Amino acid sequence: MAEQVRMVDIYIMGRHYQVPEGLTIMTALEYCGYRMIRGCGCRAGFCGACATVFNFKNDPQLRYDLACQKTIEQDMYLVQIPFFPSAKALYNLEEVEATGEQVLTLYPDLVKCFGCNTCTKTCPQELEVMWFMSDALRGDIREVANKSFDCVMCGLCAARCPQGLVPYNIALLCRRLYGRYLAPTSKHLEDRLAEIETGKFDAELEELKNMSQDKLRRRYAERDIEPAY
Amino acid sequence: MYPTYMKESIRKVEATRERRLKETFPRITEEEKTSLLQKFHPDFIKEGMRELLVGSNKGERTPNEMADVLEGNSRINPDKIDLDKIDYDVDVLVIGGGGAGASAALLAQENGATVLLTTKLRLGDANTVGAQAGTQAADRPNDSLAIHYLDTMGGGRFTNIPELVEVLVKDAPSVIKWLETLGVNWDKNPDGSMHELSGGGASRLRLHSARDYTGLEEMRVLRDEVKNRKIDYLEFSPTIELIMDNKGQIGGAILVNLETNELSLVRAKAVVMATGGTGRLHIQGFPTTNHYGATADGLVLAYRVGAKLIFMDTMQYHPTGAAYPLQILGQLVTEKVRTLGAQLVNVDGEQFIMPLEPRDVVASANIRECQERHKGIETPSGEVGVWLDSPMIDIIGGEGTIARQLPAMVRQFSRFNIDIIKEPMLVYPTLHYQNGGIKINTNGATIVPGLFAAGECEGGVHGRNRLIGNSTLDIFVFGRRAGRAAAQYAKEVKLGTLTLDHVRQWQAELKQAGLAELRPISPLLLPNYARQPYDYLPDYTKQILTVGQIKVA
Ligand SMILES: Cc1cc2nc3c(=O)[nH]c(=O)nc-3n(C[C@H](O)[C@H](O)[C@H](O)COP(=O)(O)OP(=O)(O)OC[C@H]3O[C@@H](n4cnc5c(N)ncnc54)[C@H](O)[C@@H]3O)c2cc1C
Ligand code: FES
Repeated sequence: MAEQVRMVDIYIMGRHYQVPEGLTIMTALEYCGYRMIRGCGCRAGFCGACATVFNFKNDPQLRYDLACQKTIEQDMYLVQIPFFPSAKALYNLEEVEATGEQVLTLYPDLVKCFGCNTCTKTCPQELEVMWFMSDALRGDIREVANKSFDCVMCGLCAARCPQGLVPYNIALLCRRLYGRYLAPTSKHLEDRLAEIETGKFDAELEELKNMSQDKLRRRYAERDIEPAY
Repeated sequence: MYPTYMKESIRKVEATRERRLKETFPRITEEEKTSLLQKFHPDFIKEGMRELLVGSNKGERTPNEMADVLEGNSRINPDKIDLDKIDYDVDVLVIGGGGAGASAALLAQENGATVLLTTKLRLGDANTVGAQAGTQAADRPNDSLAIHYLDTMGGGRFTNIPELVEVLVKDAPSVIKWLETLGVNWDKNPDGSMHELSGGGASRLRLHSARDYTGLEEMRVLRDEVKNRKIDYLEFSPTIELIMDNKGQIGGAILVNLETNELSLVRAKAVVMATGGTGRLHIQGFPTTNHYGATADGLVLAYRVGAKLIFMDTMQYHPTGAAYPLQILGQLVTEKVRTLGAQLVNVDGEQFIMPLEPRDVVASANIRECQERHKGIETPSGEVGVWLDSPMIDIIGGEGTIARQLPAMVRQFSRFNIDIIKEPMLVYPTLHYQNGGIKINTNGATIVPGLFAAGECEGGVHGRNRLIGNSTLDIFVFGRRAGRAAAQYAKEVKLGTLTLDHVRQWQAELKQAGLAELRPISPLLLPNYARQPYDYLPDYTKQILTVGQIKVA
C-alpha cells in the first residue's frame, strides 16, 4: 500500500533539510544525521528530556512541545532545549510542614508570579500551570498536587517564566508534601505490615518454597481469581 | 485519524461490542498454551538465537543481538590507562540512574557509605519513568504474601528462584510504605484505602498505581530525594568497564563523558549494577517500549568480570505496543487498558484470546491472529495489528473512567487525532522487558566479590516471564537490599591493587575463539539511529572512529 512519500521542508537550527512526512521532530533530527546524546530519553512522552521550541518560516510566534511526540510540519524551524539552569530547593521531607508558608519559605520568589500565563501556554502536557501556581500561593497543596500530576518535568515552564520561577519544582514539592502528610493513610497497609512483622506468613511461605513442582502447579491452577472489576 | 478502510473494520468492532460486553472468552488450557507459545513466541524462533562462545555462560543460548554485545570487544586499551590517577574514591559506586539505582544510592548512604551514582543520560532517564500501570504488593485483606508468591511463580513458569520471590513478596508492602513516606501519591479511595487494580497473571487486585504515570511518579520522587540528600551523581557518564583488584574483588569503574569522550576513573569498594534493560538491541527486529539507553550494558560489564547470567534466552514482548500511527510505533499501550476491561479483537470485531492471560500468551495470540489467521489489520505503512477495544472501558466503569485512569494514553493518541474513548487502538507485540539477567542472591550480591546487581539487569526473580507490576517492585526491593548490603560489604573489605588484567584476559579469550575481529565493541551505550553515511571515510579513520571511542559507525 506504500505510496510515494511526500517530503517536508524543515530547518534545524536554521539549516534547511527535507524529510519524509510523518516523522516526529526527534526522528526527523535522526533522519538528518543527528545522533542524539542530550535531549532524548524515553522516546515516548514520559520523561521530559526532549523539550523543543519551534516556529514557522512565516510565523515567528514560538511554540513548545516534546520532540518525541510532535509530528513535523512544513516550514518548521526547530531547536531543542536539552538543559535549562533552574533552582531547586533542598529540604529534608521529615522536617518540613505541609503548609503554604512552608512552600513560600522554600520558594520565596513564588510571590513574584504576576499571572502572565506564559507557563500554561508553554506546557507540552497542557497543564494549568498558572492556576496551580496560584493554588500554591494560596497554600492549597492538594490542588497543586492534583493539577500538576501529569507533569513530566521538561522544564519549559521555568525556561519561559519572565520572573525566573520554577513551577515544575514547586509542584514536585507540593506533591511530595501531599503524599507524605495530607493523603489519608491506608489502614490495610499498616495492618499488613504489622502482620509481616509478627511472622504471620512465614510458615506458609516456607511451605510453598519447599513444595514439589507438581504440587505447586496444582495449587496455582486451583487458586481462585478475584474478578478484575 | 484512521484512514477510511481502517474505519470500516472499526464499525465491525462497534457492531459486536454490545454482545462482547457479556461474553467472557474462555481461559486457555495448559496444553494449548504450550503449543501457542512454541509456535508463535519469538523466544522459540530458532534462528533468532545462538550459543555463546566465550565467558561464564559459554554454551548457553541467547538472542543473536545479545550474543553480539556479550561477546563484544572492550572500548579501552588497558595499557593506556593509568590506574594511579583516580578521579573519585568512594565506598559504593552505583551504576544507573533509574529506580533501582536511586534506591540503592539512598540506602547505601543511609547505611554510612560514601556514594557516587553515575548514569548514562540524565538522572531518571530510564525505563522506570515509562512504567504506567503500577506496582504489586499484597496488602489487601483478601490477599496474602502466599498468593502473591504463587502468582509470581506461575507467571514465571515455576522457574523463578524461590528465595528471591520470597523476599520480593515479603518486602513489597514495606516498599509501598517507604515510597509513600518519601511522598509518592498513590491512587486511593476516599477512606484512604489503596485503589488497586488487577493485572495479567495476578489473582488479586494488587497493582498500586499513580494514574497511568506510576513509574514517573516514583522516579520524580526518588530523583528529588537523591538531590535533597546531596548524593553525588554524574550524568551522561556511562560506565564502559569495571576495574578489579589483584585479589579478584571489584575495585571500581571507568566512566566516559558521552560528549567529550574524556574518561574518569572511580575507585570503589563495592559496585551496584543497576543499568536496566535491553530493548534498544531490537531483538529480532522488534520495536521497543524501552528508553533510549536500554542497551544491556550492565550485563556486558558484569559478564566481563566473570558474573553469571541466567534466563538469557527469554525476553518479554508486551502484547500491546502501538501499531498505528507510525510516530508511536512500538510504544507501550499499558496493560491497564485491558485491566480496566478492554478486549482484544480482530478485523471482524471478534475476540480470540482472554485479554488478561499472561503476557507471553497474549503476545503469541496476537501474532497468531495476524500471521497465521490473517485476521489482523494492515496499516498504510505496512505494519499489522489487532484492535484493543478501549471504548468498552467507559461502558463498564462509567463515563469519565478513561479520562481519569488513562490520561497519558488519551494524550498520546489524541496528538494524532485518535480519541481512545470513542475509537479502539491498533496494537502489536513490542520488545518490553528482559526477563533474565545477572544472577544474584537475596542481597543482590553476585558471585564476583563486591559486585551487586538490582532491577531489570538482574535475573531469577521473575523466572522465564515477569508479571506486570513485579518489576517496579523488584527495583525497590532489590535496589534497597543491594544498597544496604554494598554499604555493609564496603565497611569490611580491604582493597588490593587495582588492575585491568581481566580486560586483557577477555581480549585474549576473544582472539583465541576467533571472535575479536568479528564482534562489535561493547557496551553499546546508545543505539545508532542517525542516518550518517560513513562510506566515504578512508579505512584508517574508521579505525579511529570505532576503537576506544564512543562512535560506533
Ligand atoms: C514503557 C514501560 C512500561 C512499564 N510498565 C511497568 C509497570 O506498569 N509495572 C512494572 O512493574 N513494570 C513496568 N515496566 C518495567 C519497569 O518499569 C522496569 O523494568 C524497571 O523500571 C527497570 O528499573 P531499573 O532501575 O532496573 O532500570 P532503568 O529504570 O531502566 O534504569 C537504568 C538506568 O541505568 C542507566 N544506564 C544504562 N547503562 C548504563 C551504563 N553503561 N552506565 C551508567 N548508567 C547506565 C540508564 O541510563 C538508566 O538511567 C515498564 C517498562 C517500560 C519500558
Ligand atoms: S524523550 Fe522522553 S518525553 Fe520525549
